[in-house]
Amino acid sequence: MSYKFEIKDANLHYGSFQALYDINLDVPQKQVMAFIGPSGCGKSTLLKCLNRMNDLVEGCNVEGDFLLDGEDIYRDIEVTSLRKRVGMVFQKSNLFPMSIYDNIAFGPRTHGIKKKAELDEIVETCLKQAAIWDECKDRLKKSALGMSGGQQQRLCIARALAVKPEVILMDEPTSALDPISTLKVEELCTELKRKYTIVIVTHNMQQAMRIADRTAFFLHGRIEEEGPTERIFNNPHNEKTREYIGGQFG
Amino acid sequence: MQAVFLVCACISILCVAVICIYMFAKGCPAIAKIGVAEFLGGKDWFPTNSQPSFGIFPMIVGSMYVTAGAIMIGVPVGLLTAVFLAKFCPKRLYKFVLPAVNLLAGIPSIVYGFFGMIVVVPFVRSVFGGTGNSIITASFILGIMILPTVIGMSESALNAVPSQYYEGALALGATHERSVMRVVLPAAKSGVCAAIVLAIGRAVGETMAVVMIAGNQARLPHQLTQGVRTLTANIIMEMGYATGLHYDALLGTGVVLFVFILMLNLLLSAVTSKKER
Repeated sequence: MSYKFEIKDANLHYGSFQALYDINLDVPQKQVMAFIGPSGCGKSTLLKCLNRMNDLVEGCNVEGDFLLDGEDIYRDIEVTSLRKRVGMVFQKSNLFPMSIYDNIAFGPRTHGIKKKAELDEIVETCLKQAAIWDECKDRLKKSALGMSGGQQQRLCIARALAVKPEVILMDEPTSALDPISTLKVEELCTELKRKYTIVIVTHNMQQAMRIADRTAFFLHGRIEEEGPTERIFNNPHNEKTREYIGGQFG
Repeated sequence: MQAVFLVCACISILCVAVICIYMFAKGCPAIAKIGVAEFLGGKDWFPTNSQPSFGIFPMIVGSMYVTAGAIMIGVPVGLLTAVFLAKFCPKRLYKFVLPAVNLLAGIPSIVYGFFGMIVVVPFVRSVFGGTGNSIITASFILGIMILPTVIGMSESALNAVPSQYYEGALALGATHERSVMRVVLPAAKSGVCAAIVLAIGRAVGETMAVVMIAGNQARLPHQLTQGVRTLTANIIMEMGYATGLHYDALLGTGVVLFVFILMLNLLLSAVTSKKER
């Protein structure tokens, strides 16, 4: 099996607070990997290391190796091209206050695509890929903020797809959505993993069970257990994983 | 105690009301007597001739010219300064730049006028020709004077843009610069527009500095190097000796100025209410 990400001996400090301890993790190609664990356990922190969004946090200090296809993302790859390859969908929709079209086209334009025909095609393809084309094809020039919460989140996914990434990181993408919208996003993930590697942080364990091929359980900044989702949920080796999944804390 | 607050609030409302009533009551009859079209559209201002004419069109145009010039100079500089302060400025430098900008706001307008007279007027004279007391000079000084307004309001508008927009742009692989210029700045559009409207108000209403450097000729200018007289300058220059209809015509000039400011305020509230939607 080929790995998309290899993380070796990673430690992360926010100032004097250590948020991640000795993380070793391999993320396989074209699968969905879920990070689960209680709040503040470091799962979002690790996710944000993978596209270096942690760089924005003052006093954040990352040690260890993060390899994307064997290249060190902190040393070998320029941060803008890293983020082009590793897209991200945030917890709350952060569509820009502009039209749907301009939102989707922002990424391609950033990376030098100017021809209208080409942009039109990218916008249509991505909206179709994100299964939202039918809902917004008649209002591409209208403000993206007029869409519902669930639609906005799928537009965010479409926008992330528009730069042709290899990996999509999702930080609790459905935590603000209703069950039907959640289901749509989950179906989308299952669909997208045929072409993309997906890493998703979730509080919802059923969600992890439904969509993830592999699951990593985080506790107090450490990965306590990682493995195929089915095994993690049915037969956890680690006592703490069992307690968390059994609902004894969290 | 509440009554005290109410009384204080009423004082300012009362002042606005009294000024409003007084201006219109005193100015409007004169405008009516001269004739609205003749007053607003007349190109000749000869208030002391034996056959006096009271056309303030040159002054309206003068105010518009210097205001437009001030906006062309002050808005780009101020806006980019605001972008720099909000998104690019290192913290240590910020501590020096911000007080400097605030100091600019605190300088009395007569000092700006002085600076214009002794530095900018000779400079404009030697570079562009003419006397130096001109539209260019007045625009330049006014452009500097509106900087604090533009910078202050634009900066707070930029800082009020949710950081998710910025992060979203970065996450798509945009550079810091592109994220700021293409996402954060457009998102702050309504605040920036409000800043520009306020700056226009400031420039239209400025008197002292303009009188000292604009030349004050009451005629339609044909070149940027010619002098102009603004509405405010018209009032202050002649108020000292004007009598009769001439005096009332100056009050009428004040009414026109007042209406300009009222319209700008309407525009401002339209701009800011759009933001809240």
